[in-house]
Amino acid sequence: MSEVKVIDACNTFCPGPLMELITYMKQAQIGDTLELLSTDQGSAADVPEWVEKVGHQMVGSEKIGDVWHIKVRKAK
Amino acid sequence: MRILVVGGGTGGTIIANNLARRLSAELRTGKVSLTMLSASDRHMYQPGLLYVAFGQMMPDTLYRDQASLLEASIEFHVDPVKHFMLDERRVKTQSDRVFDYDILVIATGSRMVPEEIPGLVEGSETFYSEAGAIKMYKALRNFKGGRVAIVVGVPHKCPIAPVEVTFSLHDYFKTRGIRDKVEIKYHYPINRIHSIENVAKWAKPEFDRMGVAYETLFNLKEVDVQNKVIHSEEDTEYAYDLLISIPAHRGMAVIEENRLGQAGWIPTDRHQLTMEGYDNVYVLGDTTNLPVSKTGSAAHFEAEVIADNIASIVKIGTPVREYDGKVYCFIEAGHDQATYAMFNYLNPPDLKPANKSMHWFKMSYNQMYWSSVRGLL
Repeated sequence: MSEVKVIDACNTFCPGPLMELITYMKQAQIGDTLELLSTDQGSAADVPEWVEKVGHQMVGSEKIGDVWHIKVRKAK
Repeated sequence: MRILVVGGGTGGTIIANNLARRLSAELRTGKVSLTMLSASDRHMYQPGLLYVAFGQMMPDTLYRDQASLLEASIEFHVDPVKHFMLDERRVKTQSDRVFDYDILVIATGSRMVPEEIPGLVEGSETFYSEAGAIKMYKALRNFKGGRVAIVVGVPHKCPIAPVEVTFSLHDYFKTRGIRDKVEIKYHYPINRIHSIENVAKWAKPEFDRMGVAYETLFNLKEVDVQNKVIHSEEDTEYAYDLLISIPAHRGMAVIEENRLGQAGWIPTDRHQLTMEGYDNVYVLGDTTNLPVSKTGSAAHFEAEVIADNIASIVKIGTPVREYDGKVYCFIEAGHDQATYAMFNYLNPPDLKPANKSMHWFKMSYNQMYWSSVRGLL
């Protein structure tokens, strides 16, 4: 059964939320879901753009308080 | 109180020296012992490798004997740890010696792993090792013109390096009078040319001015060495004549082998800098899994916090400081100009235009580092 791993990238400027997601995506197994937590408003657009281009799957994206919760499934 | 520092890089050395001074009385009376275990008897100033790659520094100037950097009260052994037994508060070294501790500091650093990308080792130049930097310089010197590609792995040590090497390549080829015969193309993993938004905003017009092409959302998948073509995970490709890589990194193998953290990065509290589940184990520098730059600068500021806290635990029984994510990075913008990025968890950097003064400050810091690592700056 695949796991949901939470990546806390709130309040960070370098390497930043998308870099953190790419780092953990490399370590994940195909089928795993990763949940990125980000306070960077750009993440809501940046992450789906990369996910679509590289060929993974967006599971969901919602803003709770000041934090974006973005779920992505590793597809390749 | 037995304090054990594992790792003799920037962070470990600053912590050990700071503790030796703060706890000098306790060390004299034997109330405290302070031991460092390192994999090497030499200490390298790693940022200097970028200069070696452009023929601006000789590699022998980047080293000092590790023992010469340490306060005399620090017991120093060149004997890297092989087994961490955290529940027993004990480590075993390569020579099978056992060291018990009350407080452990893990500062083992990171290593590049270009072998994880097919073709990258044999197909590219890199400046992340002494041998690599020398080889890169020779390749640059023999380069007569053509397409130069820069590729960036994730995660990597020194996030500013991709931008710095690009500026330096432009200046190097310009100085040799062949810039018009060289096409430089920069490839970056996310959808802007640097992870820090303000660095990206500053560097983009500079790249445009220098005629540096760039492709974002490019994560290297493989290098076709025979045909000299790089392929991305995003299904794009580029034919090159000379490939410069900033390879992806992992934590040290001993961390993975001891199951202390996935990919060698130890889960660490972002403010206390303690290992998750172990209040007596501190982690810093590249070794942490924190969303903080893997740089000597981060290790330096983390080391100051940890040294204060360990000293206060000895003196009053409790830590007194928290790490706020502070990082200060020089940014070399070519061979005669520089700027800097200073930021923490909550405040982004505010980049100033590059200037010659900051470049000469950086050149001075290249020497001042040896005072810094002794804990004097």
